[in-house]
Amino acid sequence: MSIEVKDLSKIYGEQIAVNSVSFSIGKGEIVGFLGPNGAGKSTTMKMLTCYIPPTSGTANVCGFDITDKSMEVRQKVGYLPEHNPLYLDMYVKEYLAFAANLGGVQDVSKRVASVIEQTNLGREQHKQLGQLSKGYRQRVGLAQAMIHSPEVLILDEPTSGLDPNQVIEIRDLIRNLGKDKTIMLSTHIMQEVEAICDRVIIIDRGNVVADDKLSNLRQAAGNAQRVRVQFGTPQSKAKLLEIEGCTHAADLGKNTWTLSGEGDNFRQAVSHFALTNNLEVLELVSEKNSLEEIFRNLTGNVDHI
Amino acid sequence: MWTIYKKEIRSFLSSLIAYVVIIVFLGTTGLFMWVIKGNTVFDFGVASMQVMFDLAPYVLIFLVSAVTMRSFSEERRLGTMESLTTRPVSDISIIMAKFLACLTLVLFALLPTLIYYFSIDRLGNPVGNVDTGAMWGSYTGLILLGAAYTSMGIFASSLTDNQIVALILSMVLCLFFYIVVGMVGDIKALDAIGKSVEWFGLDYHYYSLSRGVLDTRDVLFMLSFSGVFIWLTKTVFESRKW
Repeated sequence: MSIEVKDLSKIYGEQIAVNSVSFSIGKGEIVGFLGPNGAGKSTTMKMLTCYIPPTSGTANVCGFDITDKSMEVRQKVGYLPEHNPLYLDMYVKEYLAFAANLGGVQDVSKRVASVIEQTNLGREQHKQLGQLSKGYRQRVGLAQAMIHSPEVLILDEPTSGLDPNQVIEIRDLIRNLGKDKTIMLSTHIMQEVEAICDRVIIIDRGNVVADDKLSNLRQAAGNAQRVRVQFGTPQSKAKLLEIEGCTHAADLGKNTWTLSGEGDNFRQAVSHFALTNNLEVLELVSEKNSLEEIFRNLTGNVDHI
Repeated sequence: MWTIYKKEIRSFLSSLIAYVVIIVFLGTTGLFMWVIKGNTVFDFGVASMQVMFDLAPYVLIFLVSAVTMRSFSEERRLGTMESLTTRPVSDISIIMAKFLACLTLVLFALLPTLIYYFSIDRLGNPVGNVDTGAMWGSYTGLILLGAAYTSMGIFASSLTDNQIVALILSMVLCLFFYIVVGMVGDIKALDAIGKSVEWFGLDYHYYSLSRGVLDTRDVLFMLSFSGVFIWLTKTVFESRKW
């Protein structure tokens, strides 16, 4: 096991940021760590990289305990913090050499050159970090994380704030790295998980709410149905929840509602409800149970989005 | 540790800080010692560098604070603190690297003043009539004082992500320990208590050293003073774990 987390908790004063989280990640896996903002993703990652200690519980990285064997853990882990902090006045090569030296790399210039090639930084390698575009900065962030050849990469929102092309480039890069490393990456974008991860751990308000392969999650959620309806007249939420099997009703404006419900006949139930109440239905569409839907169901934020 | 030390030195040299600090230090001390009428070496007619050694502690307060203010504040502001402290390096070696880098800069500001010493040595009548013992004592005192200032500056910088706040805090700390604590000794009403408080002032030990007697008590005081502030910095560092 590359990462083993057991009952890990972090409490800031009154607030429980991470609540007794347990999971494990095997060698060579790429795992997506998913959750809404403020769910405790970053906090968990900070604990795993020995930046902050847990309030209770234990975690091992490559067999080393994060509290007792902090130095060994740091040697095994490459970390890309959220927002990718860099010394903007340093040059690309200079910064990577700095990171390599701190990581105890033997042949620094050779390693820097190979990492630059791996992350496709060649064209920009003589520039100052402050002059780089966001996509290239992110590459530098990844390069510094992997410079000491760690077994585990922990990446906190590696693609946030990038344009679509850059996102795809960074994803390709991560996928390539994942061939011989264990990668744990956090994100709040479902497609990202779908694009690169083998497995997903969903966390909400400090609790793990799902830990499974994506395909399994899809299957498990398969029973829930979602229907988008546009009525001719305004409706009340309480009334709509009376529909047989309806669990959630979200107002989208313009008399349009998204109704979620259980049972194979949920669509019929909606249509039946409209008929019996003599309501005008302008549109009734069954929506595919998307990843976003699974995410929203699990993190219980249906009404807020 | 030396990796971070080298990086710090390089960032001093590649920004203007190093040059500005050295030029300002040499400029002020040089002007007061040789040029501005009233208290130059020529006005006194004594082959001594007392003018510079009286003035240097005050100039250093500003310069050291300016040098140290960014050491941790900048890292905190940029967020690089997180990536630095999650690398396989200990907290204390990060702090020592920054401390030594700032101190090195102070030493480089002091180094050219040896020319003043040489000039006075030549100007003396007879040539070479200068109190060498007092001079070396003063230099030792000044270096140790620089170390004490640096430790306070680094501590101030570790407290905040705002460089201006760090600068002011550092100057207040330096002024407090260099001037205010010493003044307590002058309060007649406090008598013996005042005298013992005075002993904790940096100026007390600095002037004791500048008489030319290298008293181990003074040296040890200055070193442990720096040690205490480095330790405090480490405590601030660890406070992220509370």
